[in-house]
Amino acid sequence: MLEIKNLHVEIDGKKILNGLNLTVKRGEVAAIMGPNGSGKSTLSYVIAGKEDYTVTEGEIRLDGVNILEMEPHERAHAGLFLAFQYPLEIPGVATMTFLKAALNAQAKSRGEEELTPGEFMKKVREAAGQLGINPDMLKRPLNVGFSGGEKKRMEILQMALLEPKMAILDETDSGLDIDALRIVAEGVNAHRDPDHAFLVITHYQRLLDHIRPDTVHVMARGQIVRTGGPEIALELEDRGYAEYLGNAA
Amino acid sequence: MANPVVIMRTPAETAFIERFAAEKAALPGAAEARAEAFARFEARGLPSKRIESYHYTDLRNLMRAMAPAAKDAVAGETMALDGFARHGFSNGRWQGGDSSAGVTVEPLADAYRAGSRPGLGMGQASDIIVDLNTAFARDGVVIRVAAGRHAKLHLAFSENVAAAASILPRVIVEAGEGASLLLVSTHEGTDGIAYQVNEVLELRLGRQAKVEHIRLNRSGDKAMVLSNVAATLAEEAELQTMQIALGGEVCRHQVFVTYQGENAKAAIRGATLLKGNQHHDSTLVVDHAVPHGESRELFRTVVDGSAQGVFQGKIIVRPHAQKTDGQMASNALLLSDDAGMSNKPELEIFADDVVCAHGATCGALDENQLFYLQARGLPRRIAEALLVEAFVGEVLDTVSEEALREILAGLVSGWMWERSVAG
Repeated sequence: MLEIKNLHVEIDGKKILNGLNLTVKRGEVAAIMGPNGSGKSTLSYVIAGKEDYTVTEGEIRLDGVNILEMEPHERAHAGLFLAFQYPLEIPGVATMTFLKAALNAQAKSRGEEELTPGEFMKKVREAAGQLGINPDMLKRPLNVGFSGGEKKRMEILQMALLEPKMAILDETDSGLDIDALRIVAEGVNAHRDPDHAFLVITHYQRLLDHIRPDTVHVMARGQIVRTGGPEIALELEDRGYAEYLGNAA
Repeated sequence: MANPVVIMRTPAETAFIERFAAEKAALPGAAEARAEAFARFEARGLPSKRIESYHYTDLRNLMRAMAPAAKDAVAGETMALDGFARHGFSNGRWQGGDSSAGVTVEPLADAYRAGSRPGLGMGQASDIIVDLNTAFARDGVVIRVAAGRHAKLHLAFSENVAAAASILPRVIVEAGEGASLLLVSTHEGTDGIAYQVNEVLELRLGRQAKVEHIRLNRSGDKAMVLSNVAATLAEEAELQTMQIALGGEVCRHQVFVTYQGENAKAAIRGATLLKGNQHHDSTLVVDHAVPHGESRELFRTVVDGSAQGVFQGKIIVRPHAQKTDGQMASNALLLSDDAGMSNKPELEIFADDVVCAHGATCGALDENQLFYLQARGLPRRIAEALLVEAFVGEVLDTVSEEALREILAGLVSGWMWERSVAG
């Protein structure tokens, strides 16, 4: 589903990713764990198409198509979704208005009919209910004044509505208490099936207690330095990242 | 011995002087007020950038000529609003209108001949643009809303000119005690012709009167539009006045509000969308002449192309005007590198027990917000439109009538749409 080959990325002349290779298969839940500064967030932004970064080498393919030339919205239309570590506040744009605009834009790109207002409301209310989101929140400006946990739930709500085939969750566990973590994890688990793939980026192992990954990758110094099963996460919980930090530790 | 001061008249100033001499005998009523106003103009001329309040809008330089008076009116198509008593104005001239209970409408000339006096809405303020209107205005109406009555009026101004022309209407509104008025004035005009409008709306609010005024500027794209709102507030009166500006080439919208009775409130707002080489200046003078007044100002300006926006907001709190509460904000969004905005909030506070605050900001769209929206599948132009509409929406959201709010929001969307098509 997602294939990243020899990815080199810089920002302001500083190298962040150094020949990163990663493959996530259809139906797979992959986790990337790594210390702060290893380039995890950069990777998620580059996949989603943020302009600030310069890709100097390598490619990113989604279902075989190189997405590096695509605009961010085209990547979203191609089935990519990034749940932001820090979801943006958008004053003046009601959450409902935003959700509708996003769903309609994606429906249009697939040549589908837009949902009727009734269908849209029903779909949003159902998904919100499953995530424990108060319907009143949907009338408020997007993410404005929401708590950290509310913002993360809102990210998962968007994921649930947009039904991406490849979802990247960037530190979705940060700032969540244990109840919110469980709700968010259930939101992800509800969408696990052979057609959808997830890349869960996290610093800590605890999210992986709730979203059981098929594969765990360890990232350090802008590369994937180790790949294995869920047991790696437990090992990291015990020993930390010191052995991957080399002389810098 | 002092050197004699030689005033170099511009062609426009000379034309005003010649025209006043030729017309004054035939101007209807208000002779004394006209003569006083014109004398002030003659003494000072058109304000140049050396006058502080005209620093960003050098009228002496911008108004090179005075266009001749507009020919007889030709009725034009203008927008319609459901549920409003409509009064049409063609080239400033009243074309009659729908009657509404508790409202009388009298032609300005008749009212002046019967002794009505212009300029009361200015309080202690003085301004050359208003003076010129006072001197020359012969078209317009005096609207009186009887005490305790409620009315919804639409003043539909349409400027249909084939060549440069000047249009100087004046509308005086007297809202009686406890009256409430929703007053919409729409201003539409011919594109491609450098016509000049100098228009004054005087709003005199009686005790506990409530007026919500919305002005829509969709003037022609070569027009110079000098629009003025001059309001006085009696005790416990409440005024809201808002301009949505899309049209014109050079525009200056001035709002003068004078608190004459205690516990009065005013909200002055503006949503201005500029592109190409438009210049738009919003200038406010809010005079808290008595205690316990509340004023709120919110202006949002979106500037594209090489257009220039100006906001000047002056809040005066007189020495005895204690317990005044004033808050002013002007925020600008620049959509291109060549777009410009000048923000000048001014507080002149002579009382010691007041709460006054002002804030001015100027910036581009937030790239992180745009990326977030794009990452959800919105093309950049739609993401930009969403953010711009939200920015302006904070002003439009204060319009009390939903149908009206939707019309105005639609105009903003249309403006963004044209922008994205023009690419």
